[in-house]
Amino acid sequence: MFRYIGRRLLFLLFLLFGVSFLVFMISHLVPSDPVASNLSQAAMSNPEVVAAYKEKWGLDKSLFSQFVLYFQNLLMGDLGTSIRTGNPVLEDLMQFFPATMELSIVAMTIALIFGVLFGIISAIYRNKAIDHVVRTISISGVSIPSFWFALITLSFFSSFLGLTPGPGRIDSRSATPEGGTGLLLFDSLISGDFQLFTDVVMHLALPGLVLGLFTMGLIARQTRSNLLEVMSTDYIRTARSKGLKESGVIIRHALANSLIPVLTVAGLGFSNLLGGMVLIENIFAWPGIGQYAYHSAVSLDFPAITGVSLLIAFIFVIINLFIDILYGIIDPRVRYK
Amino acid sequence: MMKTFSSFITQKGFLFKLGLFICTMWIIIAFFAPFIATHSTIAQDLSIRYLGPSASHFFGTDELGRDVFSRVIYGSRISLTAGIITVVSAFLFGLLFGGIAGYKGGIIDEVMMRFSELIMAFPPLILAMVIAAALGPSVFNTVIAMAIIWWPNYARLMRSMVISLKESEYVTASRAMGASHLRVLFLEIIPNSLGSLLVMVTLDLGNAILMFAGLSFLGLGTQPPTPEWGSMVSGGAEAMHNWWVSTFPGLAIFSVAIAANFVGDGLRDFLDPKLKNE
Repeated sequence: MFRYIGRRLLFLLFLLFGVSFLVFMISHLVPSDPVASNLSQAAMSNPEVVAAYKEKWGLDKSLFSQFVLYFQNLLMGDLGTSIRTGNPVLEDLMQFFPATMELSIVAMTIALIFGVLFGIISAIYRNKAIDHVVRTISISGVSIPSFWFALITLSFFSSFLGLTPGPGRIDSRSATPEGGTGLLLFDSLISGDFQLFTDVVMHLALPGLVLGLFTMGLIARQTRSNLLEVMSTDYIRTARSKGLKESGVIIRHALANSLIPVLTVAGLGFSNLLGGMVLIENIFAWPGIGQYAYHSAVSLDFPAITGVSLLIAFIFVIINLFIDILYGIIDPRVRYK
Repeated sequence: MMKTFSSFITQKGFLFKLGLFICTMWIIIAFFAPFIATHSTIAQDLSIRYLGPSASHFFGTDELGRDVFSRVIYGSRISLTAGIITVVSAFLFGLLFGGIAGYKGGIIDEVMMRFSELIMAFPPLILAMVIAAALGPSVFNTVIAMAIIWWPNYARLMRSMVISLKESEYVTASRAMGASHLRVLFLEIIPNSLGSLLVMVTLDLGNAILMFAGLSFLGLGTQPPTPEWGSMVSGGAEAMHNWWVSTFPGLAIFSVAIAANFVGDGLRDFLDPKLKNE
């Protein structure tokens, strides 16, 4: 098992190397002067700064040695400086990441709870009216353009009904607690500020729901089809014929055995969620990685793009590794080679 | 009446037929857009901006006084073409890539698969944004960007099909009769893998249209004043109380995406013998 995890982490290193190589290649395929696009106007007029910059990134050397240098800087934890914000990329990422993490955890929780629940309901009442209703919701979830749905719900619930607050993480009049983790749900609870906590929850509700909808649809459909497959097996018939309660049969026997593919889909859904974040954060003015990624991409801020891509690839691999380990816990038959 | 209706919509394959109908309808609309559109798609008239839906403007007018109905009709051309080209080129490249990897095996397979995993680990929307922004925002460049992030899915599915089919008896028989590797790959293996790939193509068509609309919404696909659904939604985002500006193009995207899902699901049920007896 530990060897298996070790091998996966080794692959992670390879992947991070590849991702940074890819961004490096794209940045060099773009016909632009890296010095001009990375330094400010003032710095450009100072030949010493230009020379120092060229030396730091090895711009006077061959493409190959440029990449070696670039990768060395990365390994030292130097992700470079964002052109757009002027801050070290690592600092930027640390500033924007908590908002995204909080939103994606909320969205994923919504997606898992409702996805599995809808899947179970659908499977139990197969081909009944409620199955059709639930399936329509889940197929809509994967077909609805999230940015459009975000706009519609935002204008309906906050502008028209006034039920939820407008865009942003907190009310403009509230202050975020000093220090802390940046996860406002957690921070406000720790500091005992329940008013802030409610405010944060209300602000999270809509974007969380909209963001989770797609993954919810994926999970619901997967749960339904797996549960149906498992429920037609012999051991479920045996469990029923032994006189077990139907709820016990479904939860303890059927569901437990249909969870593995659901987990795989959930892992895929999570990476989908991180992509959808770009659109949702844009609409809900969410100060997170999605917006940072968008602004970095359109301004071709390559150090920032590399940073965001590395971060997301890292999360993607860690989550999938975590899911693979969960397989073994849920299903004792799974062995790691 | 009620009973006939409910038995009609619960009959087997209803959603598949509905999806097929919606898709066909949109293709016809895209083809005959000049005959269906009632107004010019680009003519601006600020004196009639933000008119609600009416008999003269079915879907109202937008922030520049353009007819939303005509723009939605013409928008189908770009969205459908972009979605189809993305998926088809990703499919063709993936087919070839996965086919070679699976058939050759060994170190070639290993290298090719690690490369496809690399693309997959990249956050898709971000990679598409970067490529589209680097190449310059246009429909063509956005489609290229999307095809680049899309093909690994097909390559991986194709590879797994090839690996399982490679050992089958009819492939061995064909090889024994002296067929070349290329002949076996193209005439025996690929035709037999098309079923599963076709399901994936249809399901992906909806996703590709969704992603293209998303990129256009962010300003990375079409450029104004070209009518495109995603950018139309973003045009209406500034003034959501004029709900019709965003709502209709959004519904158009939704209808195509859900129809593609219906068709894909139907095909899968049809091709998967396990689900057939349901």
